Parts: sequence; C-alpha cells; structure tokens
Amino acid sequence: MSKDAILGAIRRGLKRGPLPADQQAMLAGRIATHPRHLIPARSRLPRAEQIALFIRNVEKEFGTVERVPDHAAIPAAVADYLAAQNLPSRLVMAPHPDLTDIDWSTRPMLEREARRAEAADAVSLQHAWAGIAETGTLVLPSDAQRPTTLNLLPDTEIAVLRASDVVGAYEEAWDRLRAGAPDALTGGFMPRNIMLVTGPSRSADIEQTLELGAHGPRRLHILLVEDEPAPRMESPSEARAEATTQPGAPAAPGD
Amino acid sequence: MVHITSPAFKANAARALADAGLQKALDRSKGTSHGKRAAAVAALPEFERLRDIGRDIKNHTLANLDFYLEAYAAQVERAGGTVHWCSTADEARAAVLKICRDKGARTVTKGKSMISEELGINEHLEAHGIEPVETDLGEYILQIRKEPPSHIIGPAFHLNREDWESTFREIHTELPKDRVFHERSDIMAEARTKLRSRFLAADVGITGANFLIAETGSSVIVTNEGNGDLTQTLPKTHIVLASIEKVVPTLEDATSLLRLLARSATGQDFSVYTTFSTGIRREGDLDGPEDYHVVLIDNGRSNMIGTDFQEMLRCIRCAACMNHCPVYGVTGGHAYGWVYPGPMGSVLTPTLIGIDKAGNLPNASTFCGKCESVCPVKIPLPKLMRHWREREFERHLSPQSVRSGLAFWAWFAKRPGLYRMATKLGIGALSLLGRGKGKFTSLPLASGWTAGRDLPVPEPGGTFMARYKAQKAADQRAARR
Repeated sequence: MSKDAILGAIRRGLKRGPLPADQQAMLAGRIATHPRHLIPARSRLPRAEQIALFIRNVEKEFGTVERVPDHAAIPAAVADYLAAQNLPSRLVMAPHPDLTDIDWSTRPMLEREARRAEAADAVSLQHAWAGIAETGTLVLPSDAQRPTTLNLLPDTEIAVLRASDVVGAYEEAWDRLRAGAPDALTGGFMPRNIMLVTGPSRSADIEQTLELGAHGPRRLHILLVEDEPAPRMESPSEARAEATTQPGAPAAPGD
Repeated sequence: MVHITSPAFKANAARALADAGLQKALDRSKGTSHGKRAAAVAALPEFERLRDIGRDIKNHTLANLDFYLEAYAAQVERAGGTVHWCSTADEARAAVLKICRDKGARTVTKGKSMISEELGINEHLEAHGIEPVETDLGEYILQIRKEPPSHIIGPAFHLNREDWESTFREIHTELPKDRVFHERSDIMAEARTKLRSRFLAADVGITGANFLIAETGSSVIVTNEGNGDLTQTLPKTHIVLASIEKVVPTLEDATSLLRLLARSATGQDFSVYTTFSTGIRREGDLDGPEDYHVVLIDNGRSNMIGTDFQEMLRCIRCAACMNHCPVYGVTGGHAYGWVYPGPMGSVLTPTLIGIDKAGNLPNASTFCGKCESVCPVKIPLPKLMRHWREREFERHLSPQSVRSGLAFWAWFAKRPGLYRMATKLGIGALSLLGRGKGKFTSLPLASGWTAGRDLPVPEPGGTFMARYKAQKAADQRAARR
C-alpha cells in the first residue's frame, strides 16, 4: 500500500523506524499545546489604537469601513451605502441573529433574503466573526448562520463586525475558535471552511497591474459596530496616502 | 506530464533573449516585484526573525514527517474527508480520475496548482473525456493558448496586453469581434463573466494546498482572485492535490509561515483570501462540498529526505528566488523547460526528472546568492545547485569541453605561483586591450560567452589577490603608525 511505502521511504531517509512512544507523545503534546511563535509588535497596542490599526489596514487594501453606534443603525447605513454606490437596494444576508434580529422596518425599501448566495445576487450582507488588526483581515468561519457563498458570488460584500470582535493577531482568533468548541484538544473545532479576507478580490495577472474584482467581490465594505466603550479615533484617512499601489497602477504579482 | 525541454536550456535561453515581447514582460516584472517585496519586508521589523522561525518549523516537521502525515490524515478522516496516499504521479492521476468518474463528472474547475502541472492532471482528464477548466486568470489564458506557466505565482507574466486581447478575441467568438478593451479591467471582466458559468456548472473542484495542518486536518489555499474559493465551495466534490512536504503541525505554525509567504511572493502583508478547508459540509451548512478528498503525493519527495536536498523540502513556493534571479530575469521561466523555473527549479527539477535531463539548470546560475538572501525559509539554493554540479561532474554527465576546461583550470589552481602569474598577465592584457571601452562585446576564443553578455573591462590595479595583498600591507602600515 502506498501509505506504507511513503512512510517507509521517509523513515529510511531519516535513518530510523517509527518514532518511539515517548517521542510520539512529545509531538502530540506540541500539537495539543500549539505554542505560539513570534507575534509582530505592530498589533500589540492599546484597544482604541488596535481598532484604528484594523481600519487603516482594511483601507490600505482597498476595503472601506464605516463606524456605526449600534446594530439599530445598520439598515440606514446599508441603504445609504447602496444608494451612494448606485447599487440596487436588494441584498442576500447571513441568517445570523445579529442581523436577522435587527428592526429593518426603518428601511422598508430594502429587500432582504436570509440564505446562501446565488449567481444572480449583486449584494451580500455578511456577519463577520472577528477582525484581525495586524493586517485588516476579516475572519469568516462557515456555519448555518454564515454561508461561504456570501463572501464570493456577489459583486459587493458588506460585512457587519462588532468592534469587540477585533483582535490584534491571527493567533488570538485561533484561541477564541478553540475556546468556543467542545473538543478543542483534538483539533475538532474547525468549521468546514474559514476564510480570512483582506480587502476585495483582485488580480495582477495582466501585466502585473493590479485590478479589483477578479472573481470575488469588487467592493468590500465593513460596518464596524462600536459595541465597546472606546475613545473615538480621528478618521484614519491617512491610510489612503500610505497605500502605495492604486488600482490601475503597476503592482506586484497577484495569484 | 508537461513536455520536458530542460536539456535544451541553452537553446531555449538564446531564443528567450531574442524575444522582444518576452524581454518587455520581464523588464516590467523585475521593476515591480523587487520593490514591493522590499517595502513589505521593511514594514515588518521582525521579518528576519520570522525567517529563522519559518526555517525551524519546516525543519522540525521534516524530521518528524511520518508522524505529522499520519496525524494529519487521521484528522482529515475525522472531518469526513478521504486521504489518497500516492507514491507516484501515475497513482495520483489515477486517484483523481477515479474520484471524478465515481461522481460522473463532466467538467472540473481548477484553482492554480503547481503540483497539478507536475502531474499533468489536465492532460490526463482530457484524455478520459473530462474537461478541466483553469480558473486563475493567468492559468485560464495559458490553457487556451496551450502554454505552460512561466512563473509559479504569476503563470502568465510573460504575456503582454496585446496577447490577452488577441487570444480573447480568438476564443470568445460569441462576443462582437470589434469590441474594444479600453482598460485591463475590461479584459478581466470578460474572463470573469466567461468563468462564472463554468464555476456554477462544475461537478468537481480541484485545488492545490499551500499548507496542510496536522492539528486540524485542514488544507490551506492562498489567492487574491477568489477563484480557488469558488472552485472549492460550489461543486459537490472538492479534491485537494498536495505533496507530502506541505504539512505543518499546528495553526500557529501555518500562521508564522503565512506571515512570510505573501510578503515574499507579492509584497502584500497578507493575500486577499487565505482559506482553511476542513472536511465535508457540516449539518446545517448552507453551502460547501459534500465530498472532500486529499490526494497526498510523494512523487520523489521522500527520496530527498536524509540527503543534501532535504532542505529544498522547506520551500513554500513564494517565487522570491526567481523574481530576484538575474538569469531568470533575462530568460524567463519557459527556458527552464519544466514546471519549476528559477533557482528553486534548478534545485528541484533534477531531483524530480533526473540530473541527466536537467543538468543545465544548476549551471544556469551566477551564484550571486540573491536567491538565498530573499528565501523566506533560508534554503541555501546556491549550495544545493553546487551539489548538483558536483554530482553531474562525478557522473560524467557534463560535456567534454566543460570537463577539459575544468581540468585545465584545476591544473593551474593547484600551482598557485603559476596561477597568479597567468591571471596577472591575463588581467593586464584585458585591461590594456579594453582601455577606454568599459566593456567587451566580443572576445577571441570566448565568443560563446560574449554572444549573450558583455565582459566588463578589468580595472587597472591587477588581480583581486594582488589588490587584496596591497590593501592588507597598507592597513598594517597604518596600524603600526
């Protein structure tokens, strides 16, 4: 059997047989304790600055962020955003209680359906499970309340993220994920799919020139719900100036 | 398998040098990729320490690879997936075909995967009546043009805009012939529309994997377009193609390597989509595949373990080495004649297709060392290329002219007095001959060398050794004063 052939060849190369039990236990222990390596200092910041870093990084990667005081403000924020972008006021949204429990009657013209996305959907409203300040990244684990297709098929994705769910580094998100699952010790905490999303879809395959909206959303708009007391930061518009590459300008290779 | 033209590297390279379109594309790449990587690295003060960490994670994993592969496979199965262990390319192709046939698949969408190129999955599926559709923008146009990738990150970097436009006009015949592509984004939008229907109709999606995680049984892909995600989300069956050295122990280990990958590859802090897939659709999930298969491929990797070339198995396929290589920079990727170009290919290709066929590749290096200096996992690429040169020489595979030349040089090198005298005379003569010229564009007896390059005229002042000695003596005099 090829499994035995492969493992046998590896062991011959390593000049040993199968690992003895104590060494196997040590490696299993390394997996169970999953030690962290170096975490860059850039995200080790006081809370308010960490959130400002998140916003700055999203904008650097051509996403947009709007801060809203609470979930009740979301219908108006969504409707205004769609109007400003000249988009139809119709969206497919995640069947997540954070979104479905909102009183949408304030914006009766906004058509909503809570389901997975289909090919014809132009706009999605997604629930973001966490944000990572280090690189302005959304964490979107799949489950019954957070379909993956919402991140992929529509041309415009709007994501609702609680400020209290913004963490500094990826490792903090992994630990929250493990903490929320019953069998974290055996690695069974992973949902089928976790997308880490940093800005809208893009490609630089044509002449190494960055263009937005390759196969996934062309626009990524984040509604950041200020659910924790944090001093308001000044608008991080300087991030725009920091961005070295604009769409249409020469860029590094995409994928 | 991809047709191998590595034995013809010299002829390939000569053709590449004369290809104006390719040279235009290569000049464009160099300018952007160096600067972007340098800026991303400069913005992360911990980058150098992360390189050491990346190297150590990979070394630890390789030293215990049997353990981590078994742990990984157990977790995949726990999550409802199936692992197909394949020693050879034949076994892997057969495994992929069988899964597709069992599902009655007619079309298969694909994310960009170098191991798929290595195995020749597309040709194999086509030969058995199943249509593979490449969905990465670059791979899509190459599939239409029936060209292999020229770069492991940007497969179509060798094409210019006019190539894209003419190919699309030729193939998308249902669209008006006289349509205008005002911007590059118009080209991309056309591909997006064409591919969207393919995504929705596919029966099986095939992706590669940047990492496999033993802790969780997850496969990780990294893309900017989102095509890999559509490929692995929409069809009912997802097949992951991954070679055995992709496994790492934990999420934390993968995370540290991810901090290195995008910065080294594209100069991004993080790619747009970094996605972890673990098994099959869960109860209540509204989307995602119902079947999840991992085709785990050895195809020559295990033979590298315990040899000089084990270090090459650390490679995370970022392409920094080829982006910074002066040889790749003028020949492009196709000249290397197989799937993996540039310095990483010059080390890997001989191990996978044989030094008898790929002997030219480890010789296609100036040993400037730039590749090693930018490698995110510190693979000593020049050292490994030197190992290949030694083996080639030992096995008498190098051409007679090279062997005679080396023997001639060695005779002098073993007689330092004579060597110094000869080099002194040679340098002096060249310096005199080329006075005021700056460089030689042709030289008697060395036309083969100067046909493709210029030789700088040696500066007056003698050989390196002579100048070194003079400088040392001057330093000593200064110290005594």
